[in-house]
Amino acid sequence: MNYFWDLFLGGLTRGSIYALIALGYTMVYGILQLINFAHGEIYMIAAFTALIVASILTMQGLTGFSVLILAGVIAILYAAAYGFTVEKIAYKPLRQASRLSPLISAIGMSIFLQNYVMLAQTSDFLPFPNLLPQSEFLDSISAWIGPSDFIIIVTSSVVMIALSLLLKFTKMGRAMRATAQDREMAMLTGVSVNRIISRTFIIGSALAAIGGLLIASHVGRINFYIGFNAGIKAFTAAVLGGIGSIPGAMLGGLVLGLAESFGTGYISSDYESVFAFTILILILILKPDGILGRSSQQKV
Amino acid sequence: MDLILDIKNLTMNFGGLKALDGVNLHIRQGEIAALIGPNGAGKTTLFNCLTGIYAPSSGDILLYQPGAKPKRLNGLKINTITSLGVARTFQNIRLFGGMTVLENVMIGRHARSKSGILGAIFRPPATRVEEKAIVDKSYAILEYIDLAPYVNELAKNLPYGAQRRLEIARALATEPRLLLLDEPAAGMNPQETRELEGLLVRLQADHELSILLIEHDMKLVMNLARNIFVLDYGEEIARGTPLEIRHNPAVIKAYLGEEADAEIG
Amino acid sequence: MKYAPELKRSATIALWLILLTFPIMVIQVNTIENIVVWRWMNIAGVGTVAFVLSFLWQIYQHRKTESPLPVSAHLPAFQRLLADPKLYRPMLIFIAAFALVFPFTASHYQINIMSTALIYIMLGLGLNIEVGLAGLLDLGYVAFYAVGAYSYALLNYHFGLGFWTLLPAGALLAAFFGILVGFPVLRLRGDYLAIVTLAFAEILRLVLENWNALSFGPSGISNIPRPGLFGIELTLEQSAVYMYFLLIALCLLTIFVIYRLQHSRIGRAWVALREDELACQAMGIDKTRAKLTAFALGATWAGMAGVLFAAKTTFINPASFTFMESAMILAIVVLGGMGSIVGVIIAALAIILLPEYLRVLGDYRMLLFGAALIGMMVFRPRGLITPSSRTYVFQPSEHQERT
Repeated sequence: MNYFWDLFLGGLTRGSIYALIALGYTMVYGILQLINFAHGEIYMIAAFTALIVASILTMQGLTGFSVLILAGVIAILYAAAYGFTVEKIAYKPLRQASRLSPLISAIGMSIFLQNYVMLAQTSDFLPFPNLLPQSEFLDSISAWIGPSDFIIIVTSSVVMIALSLLLKFTKMGRAMRATAQDREMAMLTGVSVNRIISRTFIIGSALAAIGGLLIASHVGRINFYIGFNAGIKAFTAAVLGGIGSIPGAMLGGLVLGLAESFGTGYISSDYESVFAFTILILILILKPDGILGRSSQQKV
Repeated sequence: MDLILDIKNLTMNFGGLKALDGVNLHIRQGEIAALIGPNGAGKTTLFNCLTGIYAPSSGDILLYQPGAKPKRLNGLKINTITSLGVARTFQNIRLFGGMTVLENVMIGRHARSKSGILGAIFRPPATRVEEKAIVDKSYAILEYIDLAPYVNELAKNLPYGAQRRLEIARALATEPRLLLLDEPAAGMNPQETRELEGLLVRLQADHELSILLIEHDMKLVMNLARNIFVLDYGEEIARGTPLEIRHNPAVIKAYLGEEADAEIG
Repeated sequence: MKYAPELKRSATIALWLILLTFPIMVIQVNTIENIVVWRWMNIAGVGTVAFVLSFLWQIYQHRKTESPLPVSAHLPAFQRLLADPKLYRPMLIFIAAFALVFPFTASHYQINIMSTALIYIMLGLGLNIEVGLAGLLDLGYVAFYAVGAYSYALLNYHFGLGFWTLLPAGALLAAFFGILVGFPVLRLRGDYLAIVTLAFAEILRLVLENWNALSFGPSGISNIPRPGLFGIELTLEQSAVYMYFLLIALCLLTIFVIYRLQHSRIGRAWVALREDELACQAMGIDKTRAKLTAFALGATWAGMAGVLFAAKTTFINPASFTFMESAMILAIVVLGGMGSIVGVIIAALAIILLPEYLRVLGDYRMLLFGAALIGMMVFRPRGLITPSSRTYVFQPSEHQERT
């Protein structure tokens, strides 16, 4: 039972991170029908930025919560700025092109950003400080749940609830949903589509940055390549849940995280990703639009 | 007269919504019939059930074949139904825009030709003969439909009326016995509509083709159709000759309920 | 000044990019020794490059809006060259002569690179059937390549079968794998298909990496025999030349087969499927069958290329079959201009040869490659060559002469 609980928590933690990154994929896909392969790199860049800021602050003698907040905020801002810039450079000029062109452009951007960080920083793994706060409360529940697991699950839940509220109740959220439904119609009703696309990238990137920060703290080391794997997993999660669907991305992330956790725990630890991909294939064969995807019944 | 199509008690549910509710419809061999009704009445849904795009919830769609038992079309694959001799056009034009006009029609010959991968690679005499036949037949159809001048144009560059006619040409290439036209005159000017009317009369006479037509242009419908079926909210509200339909109070009400300026006749 | 607003905008963009790249480009922390290195000079580099590029981009935009060329006039000189037999015949002869002479004048290293490029031509043309013609976005094409390579390596290792037996066998096994994968997933639409193919490829790679008993795991299989030539002993150099000509022959075969397929009833059906799936079915085309054929044929070529790859390098391991490889082949197809054989060939040569010859650029090679992919898509989103539509010869019927 205890082992089961551990695996369950591990899956939940992992799943929450996947979900946070998957949201960026799904939001961009909903609006541009583009698989933004560079999204994982944004998450990687956020982790590097946080590491740099946190290291400098620590050397200045700051500790604890203030380091977390400052490094976190700066990393999120930077990730958002990168997301915004990437869209302007690699995707905006391709608005009218066929669907494959932005995809190749995205792959190019992903290769570019990986090599950019590798060249400007390092190709080695860097130790990442644990920025997550310690407290008596966390110690008291540590028999039940590890402190970083707890923080990751709580933080990502809060962030996802906030995002849902933002999309549901604000004017910007409504405009974003309208654009995802029908871009031309949204344009006719006075929505500035370019602005909406920019904001989608900014929000998605900020979410990825939060995910990157949490997981880097949890795992304790980063390199320029971490974005790629996380990106593929998160994209898988987004598709699993039904791409374009916000609750779908959250659910898909959790399902994927749990599948990996239980698969490695009970079957074999060598095949971690195999479990994720197998679940994806099985679910898509049974439900071709993902768990919560909109039905693809064509209009004729 | 012999029937070619007999639809009995056809029902189509989408979730809780009944798009078609116990519709009966029949077409005789070589006859032009029309299906009319206000927007959202379920006309295109009926076409979609008939051509295999939707699998009907209940009821029967029977296609009569010469010298064979009638074939039940429910739930068959789209391409199988085409091979059985039912072809259609689409309300929102669905041409292969990046292909030439001739190639569009050549695709229609697919169901009536058979060379495969090996044939394509080794190109034996049989394949070459078949390929030439496809090209010639397709060109002949384009001439028949007066699209020959556009033969090597890309389909997407054609004027609107010509695109609608190309859809018909493409459907004809599949050698249908029953042709389903979904609003063929939509977006056409009066001149083009007159030409279309002539074409359809010619088609029916030359090929003994049975045609079922969805159309909002009442003048065209009244001129062409011998038999008219009227749908409203997924139910058949009237059927009969143009004269009968013109004076049917239920039809007038259905149309006037929708928009006051709808003209009946 | 004529370009004042553009210069101002470029300066703003450069400033933005300097700020954006500041933490990554300028600061480097060493957490073990607690040192921070500030590399201020990098600002100048980023600023200059950003300024120049954004200025050029704006000028380009300006030109484009001032004189929008019609699409037909946009055809590059190169493509007009292709349309005129008087021009392309001598060019073909020149290329053939070059291909014949090349292995006898070039170094061993260059022959090997060229052979690699030829393998990628086959891969590109094979994927072109799936993506370019039939419109099936396959992000896991490398799986079929791996099936071919491992078929050769393993069947040779365990059963001692030779290259010439295993070349068709590897191709068939890959085709079989293609059908196996294709059957459940081909009803998925566009991007769902993309991710599922990616998933299959990753699963295959991970299995190869971990199932040591089957595949010898990450260390891979070495000492794979090179193809034999009637039992003649070849030196390393000779066998590289032999491999090169073998690849040239198989590339020609590929081009021939794909050209024939493309201009056949099947090829038309694929293109129609790509253009409009529903209308295509309504024309009597069996969607599942057409898709499966495209998938299996594409896989066949990847399988063949895999066998050749294993025979050429004599060593394979799972690291050769990552997603990046699929992305590279896809880039070849899209850069070439979807569906164009000549385009795919040029793109394959460019993508494989350029980075190799740009090794002088050292570590910046992949960075520039990424940038080049973006640049190519931004400036030529349809790829190098837009496939031209074919005209057919037909017999006008006599009674219709009036038109």
